[in-house]
Amino acid sequence: MTASFTTSRRSSRRGGWTAWAFIAPVVIYLLVFYAYPLGRNIELSLRDYTVRSFIDGTAPFVGLENYIKVFASATFAPALLNTALFVGVSILFQFSIGLALAVFFIKNFPLGSTLRALFLVPWLLPLLVSGSVWSWMLNSDSGVVNSFLEAVGIGQINWLTSPHWALVAVLIANIWIGIPFNLVILYSGLQGIPSEVHEAASIDGANGWQTFWRVTFPLLRPVSAITILLGLVYTLKVFDIIWIMTKGGPADSSTTFAIWSYRLGFGSLLPDFSPAAAVGNLLILVALVFGLIYIRTQRRLDVN
Amino acid sequence: MEINRKFKAVGAVVLAVGMSVAALTGCSSSTSSNGSHVKASYTFWDPYPQYDASSAWAKVINSCAADAGVTIKRTGYDTSDLTNKALLAGQQKNSPDILLVDNPVVSTLAEAGILTTTAENKLVVGDVAKNILGAGVIDGKTYGVPIGANTLALYYNPKVLAAAGVDIASVKDWASLTDALAQVTAAGKKGITFSGIGTEEGSFQFLPWYWGSGADLTKLDSDKAVSALTLWKNWVDKGYAPNSVLNNTQTTSWQEFQTGDFAFAENGTWQKADAAKMGDQVIPLPAATGGAAPAPTGGEFLTIPVQKDAARYAASAKIVACMTSTKNVVNTDNTLNYIAASKDAQKDQLAGDATLKPWIDAVQVAQARTGNNLGTKYPKISEQLWTAVQKALSGSASPSDALKAAQAAVK
Repeated sequence: MTASFTTSRRSSRRGGWTAWAFIAPVVIYLLVFYAYPLGRNIELSLRDYTVRSFIDGTAPFVGLENYIKVFASATFAPALLNTALFVGVSILFQFSIGLALAVFFIKNFPLGSTLRALFLVPWLLPLLVSGSVWSWMLNSDSGVVNSFLEAVGIGQINWLTSPHWALVAVLIANIWIGIPFNLVILYSGLQGIPSEVHEAASIDGANGWQTFWRVTFPLLRPVSAITILLGLVYTLKVFDIIWIMTKGGPADSSTTFAIWSYRLGFGSLLPDFSPAAAVGNLLILVALVFGLIYIRTQRRLDVN
Repeated sequence: MEINRKFKAVGAVVLAVGMSVAALTGCSSSTSSNGSHVKASYTFWDPYPQYDASSAWAKVINSCAADAGVTIKRTGYDTSDLTNKALLAGQQKNSPDILLVDNPVVSTLAEAGILTTTAENKLVVGDVAKNILGAGVIDGKTYGVPIGANTLALYYNPKVLAAAGVDIASVKDWASLTDALAQVTAAGKKGITFSGIGTEEGSFQFLPWYWGSGADLTKLDSDKAVSALTLWKNWVDKGYAPNSVLNNTQTTSWQEFQTGDFAFAENGTWQKADAAKMGDQVIPLPAATGGAAPAPTGGEFLTIPVQKDAARYAASAKIVACMTSTKNVVNTDNTLNYIAASKDAQKDQLAGDATLKPWIDAVQVAQARTGNNLGTKYPKISEQLWTAVQKALSGSASPSDALKAAQAAVK
């Protein structure tokens, strides 16, 4: 009795060792490339780093002072509002236009796959190229868009230099870039829905819109959830487009948290890393909240 | 039994890795002990990646190093990268022997403790003009010498002015300049282009007007400062300057000027060859009530970073002195399109090229941005200044409100 008990205990310990050995590389990778930078960033935001800190390593611990500075800053409210607007409106339009295009393409027609491939181009272009071209097109005096608007009689709009239009301009560019991603994922999601479901719906007398809204869209929920989550987390971090087009200006009218963090850290001649790290941590916190909401939604979908 | 075998395998791997690491470090450590008859090797960092080893710039460095009895390894970095690289090198206690950096960065590096003063490195400064040297002087200590300077002036297109009936000799101060712009715009052409972007370039371009009104960077909300910002705002509102100035870099502003539609452009020494090709000429930027406005100095400083071995400073100082000697510096500055920093060198430059006169005049009244002990306060002031310019030009705030907010933020 005792002999067999000890051998089974030894074999489970052996199994435990093997399991740890297998996941050790992943754990080490996560610790080095995720946990360490995150910990370092939190430490950066809790201390006061100056240029001299780089050289002699002294950085006095100041607790939450950097966070208080960030919350009390005049840029905080506009940045928060702009981030919320930018993310919300981007996702709304990227998702709905992507879904509309996916539904359009799901009926296979000649040259459909070629057209779909062409629709991917905005996503494939380097962001520097997209940002620069949109800047040229939206230039107040020499841009194509304003020439068109003037020809149609609407007059000149200062897309990139007016505090009212700067956020709209970067939104348009970001939506244009994000549609292909939604299109691709939602298209594959639609392909996963068996055609018998649509046939059953049409036999029951549902028209096109009813079929879409009551049959297709609910079946697409898991794919929609992941698309929206990925889109949210990505859009929170969008930096290149806004920086190239407006640099967050004029006067903070297109500044989001990502832009603000970069501007604090690298935007001036004298780097100010501690507040930049604080803003970065706030951004991570928001992304974390979105992630948790997604996990909750996923669990509820699984239960259903 | 199986656990023992596993431990043996792991142990063997660890031993093998450990021994190979030890062998490799053993190999590398033996190469550092050279004989004393080999020339010491010095490192030189500069922000001119466009010049390779065969360029005149590299040849000057090599010949000065040979004169000092050392070999030199020169690396060119992108100028915006160089500050970070210098900080990192300082942190590793691995700084180059000679570092050529943009002048507003000198005070940042000095504050970080990376640079030596002339008292430590025994560099003889010579007769460098005080206004250009200002960027390297902090609390009375000199941290570097300028390789040359460039600055801003007012380019004009004679064809556009002639077509609008404007005489350039009449443009002497702000009022006459604004009148000229009105005349040009009425004749159907465009007035003036400059860079007002929300970066250091925007502050750089605004400073001649700011200083030309008599304002001081320590008081951003003075009436004189408000008058300077109002000048720009009125130009944009009346259409004398295009709306794109809010997003223009100096390069895109120059491209607008090159279309031939603009009468005036505010730009720097580095465009003078291009301007000559197009037939454009230049006058100093006018101050509010006449005379030349003090423009900010561009250009790099030769600095000697802190080294572990203080004996290296002697050769570094020799190389720096050789590079800034009149003969060498005139050749260098002609290649770089800079104006020399000492009066004698400027005379030599003028003798070789008479078209440099307006630039030499402009550099002689120019001011360093981080001078007057502004040092590391300047980046914060500059950031608030360009934010105020953006707010006023875009209409988010009136010039006085924008500058009041800027001054409050600097405190």
